[in-house]
Amino acid sequence: MAEVQSNDGGGGGKNKQKKQTLRVDFTPMVDMNMLLITFFMLCTTLLKPQAMNLNLPTKDEVDNQSKNKVKESTAITVLLGAGDELYYYEGMPNPDGSDYENSDFLIQTAYGIGGIRDFLISRNRVAYEEIRQLALQKKNLEITEEEFNEKTKEVQDKARTDNTAPVVIIKPSDLSTFSNMVEALDEMTISNIGSYTIVEMEEGDRHLLYTKTGNVDYLTEQQKADLASS
Amino acid sequence: MAKVKVKKQSTWIDMTAMSDVTVLLLTFFMLTSTFVTPEPVTVTTPSSVSERKIPETDLMTVLVDSNGKIFMSFDNNNDKVNTLRAVGEDYGFNFTPQQLIHFQAQPMFGVPIRSMASFLDSSPETQAEYMKNLTSPRVGIPTEEGEVQDDRGVVSSDNEFKRWVSHAKKANPDLQIAIKADQSTNYPVVRSVMDDLRDLRENRYLLITSLKTASND
Repeated sequence: MAEVQSNDGGGGGKNKQKKQTLRVDFTPMVDMNMLLITFFMLCTTLLKPQAMNLNLPTKDEVDNQSKNKVKESTAITVLLGAGDELYYYEGMPNPDGSDYENSDFLIQTAYGIGGIRDFLISRNRVAYEEIRQLALQKKNLEITEEEFNEKTKEVQDKARTDNTAPVVIIKPSDLSTFSNMVEALDEMTISNIGSYTIVEMEEGDRHLLYTKTGNVDYLTEQQKADLASS
Repeated sequence: MAKVKVKKQSTWIDMTAMSDVTVLLLTFFMLTSTFVTPEPVTVTTPSSVSERKIPETDLMTVLVDSNGKIFMSFDNNNDKVNTLRAVGEDYGFNFTPQQLIHFQAQPMFGVPIRSMASFLDSSPETQAEYMKNLTSPRVGIPTEEGEVQDDRGVVSSDNEFKRWVSHAKKANPDLQIAIKADQSTNYPVVRSVMDDLRDLRENRYLLITSLKTASND
């Protein structure tokens, strides 16, 4: 392969030249390439990191929004606790305050299948099934990515106006981690929940977590002081 | 006894094919991969099912380590330098062209503006040494609220991180904010970063995650 046959060409020439083979040794070339490959493998990364979109309400919107949310009966509040624990409750706590002392009001669950995912899918059945059909169609290349996104949005909006889809409020506690938050957002994507938001914990939610777990670290300093004095 | 006649064989191996393969591999790596940007802290991003890739242009990355130290990086050197100039002006610092060139060479920065000039003047070795001391208050962009006096004598209460973000947005309005935080970072740390951003009416972020594989699902 790496040889060039130099032939004089003139068959009947007087100077009968010897047929020479010119072989180039490619070993150093291979050595050098290997070194370069090693360098590139060590110093570069093939995987581009993934990104997850997160849209939070601006601070001015928060007040108006949370007031609207209270009225909605389809609300599911997910509380992220310490050590990958997960709690949720449906609707709103009873205004007379009885729920705050009731440790059964808050339901403990877990991330993933068999936990929060099953619950969310069961509450979002209509939209979930429709979007799953759409995803299948996209997989079979019957619809494009844009059509899929558009239709998904339509289905989610319709489900919300029909009150068949829940509004999920995620409230990470001070003891939860960033990965808990990402995981909770993942569950929303998997369960095809259209409307969800991340909201600060209120004192009531802190108290609910305290009633459920008995862990005082969920409470604010003020609440701890009140508890000690009572 | 008759000697076994061993035929003398040439050990010449043709390396051309091998060379072809390595060159192909090399080309592949050069075209598909991107260089790892050295980061002052090692951050393990949480995994998610999101398959969206981070955009290649107009991106500002905010790196948050588990203790709440903040570092920033830009994909575009122009934005980066313009932002530094604007932030410097706010605090009454002017940077020499030499310092700006040194600043461009920083893949990811996180030094209070007061220490920036001396940091940029020092040699790369000293800079690396400086950034290693992660417990020092002089590493990381400060997020404490403080009084800022600009050259016209106007005093405003603000924190340095917010200044960086608002000037970056002014330098390039299309800039998207990506938050890269360690998976074990406590939520209050992330919340305080997002609160600062929301004060500036920035409420769309990209959270940088790694793809969830079947094994850790």
